[in-house]
Amino acid sequence: MIYHLLWLVPTIPLAGFLLLVLFGSSLSRRGAAFIGVGSVGVAAILALMLDINYLVAPPPEGIYTQSLWTWIRVENFTPDISFRLDALSVVMIFVVTFVGFFIHLYSAGYMFHDKGYSRFFAYMNLFVGSMLILVLAANLLVLYLGWEGVGLCSYLLIGFWYHDPANGRAAMKAFIITRIGDVGLLIGLLLLFTHFGTLQIQAILTQAPLRWAMGAGIASAAAALLLAGAVGKSAQLPLQTWLPDAMAGPTPVSALIHAATMVTAGVYLIARMHAIFSLAPAVMTLVAIIGAATLLLAACSALVQTDIKRVLAYSTMSQIGYMFLALGVGAWSAAIFHFMTHAFFKSLLFLAAGVVIHNLKEEHNMFKMGGLRKSVPLAYWTFLIGSLSLTAFPLITAGFYSKDLILYAAFTSARGSIWLWLAGWIGAVLTGLYIFRAVFLTFFGVEQRKPEQHAGATMRVPLVVLATFAVIAGFIELPRTLGNHPWFTTFVERLLPGSPIVNSSSSSYVGLQIASVIASLGGILLAYLLFARKRSVVRQVEQTPVGAAVARFWLQDWGFDWLYDHLFVRPYIWLAHLNHGDIFDAIYAGIAWLSLVLNGLFSTLQTGRLRWYAAGVLIGAVIVIAIAVFV
Amino acid sequence: MYFILYLVSAIAIISTVMVITRLNAVHGLLYLIVSLLAVAVIFYILGAPFVAALEVIIYAGAIMVLFVFVIMMLNLGAHSAQDEHRWYKPRMFIGPGFLALILLAETIYAMRYTGGIRTNLISISPQQVGMELYGTYLLGVELSSILLLAGLVAAYHLGRRHYHAQPRERV
Amino acid sequence: MVNLPVGYGLILAGVLFALGLVGVLARRNVVFILMSIEIMLNAAGVAFIVAGSHWRQPDGQVMFFYILTMAAAEVSVGLALVLQMHSRFKTLDADAASRMRG
Repeated sequence: MIYHLLWLVPTIPLAGFLLLVLFGSSLSRRGAAFIGVGSVGVAAILALMLDINYLVAPPPEGIYTQSLWTWIRVENFTPDISFRLDALSVVMIFVVTFVGFFIHLYSAGYMFHDKGYSRFFAYMNLFVGSMLILVLAANLLVLYLGWEGVGLCSYLLIGFWYHDPANGRAAMKAFIITRIGDVGLLIGLLLLFTHFGTLQIQAILTQAPLRWAMGAGIASAAAALLLAGAVGKSAQLPLQTWLPDAMAGPTPVSALIHAATMVTAGVYLIARMHAIFSLAPAVMTLVAIIGAATLLLAACSALVQTDIKRVLAYSTMSQIGYMFLALGVGAWSAAIFHFMTHAFFKSLLFLAAGVVIHNLKEEHNMFKMGGLRKSVPLAYWTFLIGSLSLTAFPLITAGFYSKDLILYAAFTSARGSIWLWLAGWIGAVLTGLYIFRAVFLTFFGVEQRKPEQHAGATMRVPLVVLATFAVIAGFIELPRTLGNHPWFTTFVERLLPGSPIVNSSSSSYVGLQIASVIASLGGILLAYLLFARKRSVVRQVEQTPVGAAVARFWLQDWGFDWLYDHLFVRPYIWLAHLNHGDIFDAIYAGIAWLSLVLNGLFSTLQTGRLRWYAAGVLIGAVIVIAIAVFV
Repeated sequence: MYFILYLVSAIAIISTVMVITRLNAVHGLLYLIVSLLAVAVIFYILGAPFVAALEVIIYAGAIMVLFVFVIMMLNLGAHSAQDEHRWYKPRMFIGPGFLALILLAETIYAMRYTGGIRTNLISISPQQVGMELYGTYLLGVELSSILLLAGLVAAYHLGRRHYHAQPRERV
Repeated sequence: MVNLPVGYGLILAGVLFALGLVGVLARRNVVFILMSIEIMLNAAGVAFIVAGSHWRQPDGQVMFFYILTMAAAEVSVGLALVLQMHSRFKTLDADAASRMRG
C-alpha cells in the first residue's frame, strides 16, 4: 500500500537536513545542491504519487492516519507522532513539495556564489521538513512541532547573511512577533486539551459540535486563541509588521517561506480546525474583518514602496488577507484554492524579481531599474504572467478563478456582507494598480542599469514551470458561468463543508463576475495611465503636503512600527534600564562579597602568634568542658 | 599535719604566682624551684615519698638546672631587661586571667560529686611503685626510654650552631 | 598519711594549672612560657598523686613518673628550640615568630 510511505514525505527532507549539517562543510557545491534539491525532489515525487493514489483510490472516509510511535506517555496524555492524509493535506503537500522543489532548484543557481551554500540548503530542507510535518500532522502537538520548526527556520533564513546586523534584527523581529501569536496558539491548545482530553485533530473535530453549543464562550475563546497564532504566522493585522522586514533574507527564502508556504500556515490552521471556528460565529466575523482590513492596508502600502521585494511582501500580506476573508465567511475551499494559486504566482513573482536582482547585482530599488523588458526577457515575461495572475486577469490566469471564487463567497455567503465584498473589490483594483506599477517601473521606460550577469538554467527552468502552473492551475475549478466543473471545491468539500449560500441567483453571479473583471482590468489601466507614461500626475500628487504625508504614512506600513515601538518596546527598555543593577546578579555578587568579608575576618584570626593560638585552644577547651559539665 | 599541709599548699600557690609575674627569668626560675619543693612536701604528706624524692631530684634538680644553664648560655645582654619591661604589662593578665578563672570555676563545679571522698591514711613505698612500674607498666617504661632517646637526638640536632656555614634557606 | 578530702587536693591542682595557663598566655618571653608549661605539668602530677592516694594504689605515682619523663624530654627539646630562635631572631619574643600570619 503506497499510503504506508506517508511518513517518508517529511522525513526525507529532514534526512537531507541532517546530512547537510553533518557533512556539509566537506561536500562540494554540487554535492550539497544534489542533497538539498534532491531530497525535496524525492519528497515531491512521493507526494505526487500519494496524491494520485488518493484521487484514484481514496482511503475509507477519505482520511488515512499513520501513527509512528507514542511520543509522550504521561497518565492520560499520550500523543503520538502520527500523520494524516486527507483532502486538505493532499493539496498542501502537493503545493509545498512541488513549489519547494522548484525553488530549491532555483536557489542552486541563485546562491551559487554564496559562502554558506550548504548551510542554506540545510536550513531550507529543515524548513520543508517542518512544513510537511505541520500540514501532515494528525494531532495538534505534532502540528505545533512543525509550527515551531518553521518559525525557527524563518529566523535562521531571514538572518542568513548574519554579518549584517540589520538582517539579524529583522530575523529577531519576525521571530518575536510570531512568538506572540504562538503563545496564543499554545494556550489554545491547552484549552482544547483540557476540554477534550486529547489533541488528536479528528477526535476534536468530531466531538466539538457535540460538546460545545454554537456561540459558546469557550468555543469563542478557543477559536480566538487559535486565531492569534494564525494571525502571527500569517502576518495579518495586528501582527503583520515583521513581513516587510523579512525581505532581508535571500530571494528564494522570501519566495518559499514568506510567500508560498509558511505564511499560509495560519490559513491551514484555521481551515483544519474549521469545526471549532464554525462554533464561534463572532470569531469568524473577526477573521473576515481582519482579512479585509489587512488586504486594504497592505495594498495601499504596496502602492508606495520602492523596493521591489517589499512590494511583493505587502502583496503577500494582502493576498493572505483574501484567504482570511474567505475563511471568515466560511468558504474554506475557496481559501485553499486561492492558497494554491497564490503559491504558484507569488513564488513566480519572487523568483522573477530575484532574477532581476541577481542580474543587476543586488539592486532592489525599482526607481533605479527600468527598461529591462529587452535585456532580461525571461524575467519580464514570467513576471508579467505572475502579475496578471495576481491581478486576476480574466479567463487565462489561475488567479482569476480563485479570487473570483472568494469575492463571490464574500457576497453571497450567509456570513458574508456587501462591505466585505466591497473591500475585496477595492483591493482587487489596488492589486492591479500596485503590481503593474512595479511592472512598468521595472521593465518599461528608460534603462538605467544594464544587467551585469545572467541567470543560468537552474534559475530559468523553475520560472517556466511555475509560470505554466500560474496559468493552468485555475482550470481545475471552473465556475458556473464558464463550464460549471467545480472539481476542486467538490474534492475539498468532502472534508471541509461549505457554508450555506444566502442571496444568489445566476444574474447576481454574472454581475459579480463582471464586477471582478472590471476591477482587475481597471487596475491595470490605471497603472498604465499613471505609471507607464510620464508619471507627472503621480509626481504632482506626491508633492502636495497631503499627498506626501499619505505616501509616507503608507510607506511606513501605516505607522504600526512606530506604534509598537512606542507602545511596547520603549516601556520595556525603560523597565530593563531600571534593573540596570540587576538585582539577581547582585544576589550572587553579594554571596561572593560575603565570603570575601568572612575571609578577611578569619584571616585576622591567623596572627601567626603562638600565644594567640594557645588562647584559642583554651577557649575551645572552656566551651567543651562547659558543655560536658553543664549539659 | 593538716596545718603543714595547708601552709605548704599556700607556699606553692604564692610562689607560682611569683613565677609568672617576675621580670627577670632567673628570678622566676628560683621561685619555680621553691614551688616544686613545696609540691614535693605535699607529696610526702599525702603518702608518696618516692615521687616526693623524684620531684626534688629530677624536676627541681635537673630540669630547672637545665633551664638555668640555657639562660646563661643565651648570654642575654642588658637590652633584654629593657625588652622585658616592654613586654611585661599587667593589663595582659586580664584576658587570660578571666579565661583561666572560668576554666577553674568549671573544674571546681565538675568536682561537686567528690564531696565525701577522702584520701587514705597509708603511705605507698618505693618498692610497691617499682613493682607496679616494672610489672604492669613495663611497656610504658620502654616507651619512655624511646621518648628520651628521641628528645636527646632532637635536642642535640636543634641545639647546634652552624659555624662557618651558610645560613640555611630562609625558614 | 592524712585524711584529706580529695576535692581539696584537686582544687589545688586546678589552681596551679590555671596559674600556669595564665603564664602561658600572658608572658611574651619564651622562657617564661616554657616555665609555665612546666607548672601545668606539675599540677597535673599533683592531681594524679592525690587520686592515687585515694585509691591506695601506686598507679598514680607511676603516672607521675611518666609525666616527669615526658617533661624532661620536652624541656630539652624546647630549650634547644629557644636557642635556635635566639640565634635566628636575636630576640626571645614569642611574637617574633609569626611568619605563619594569615
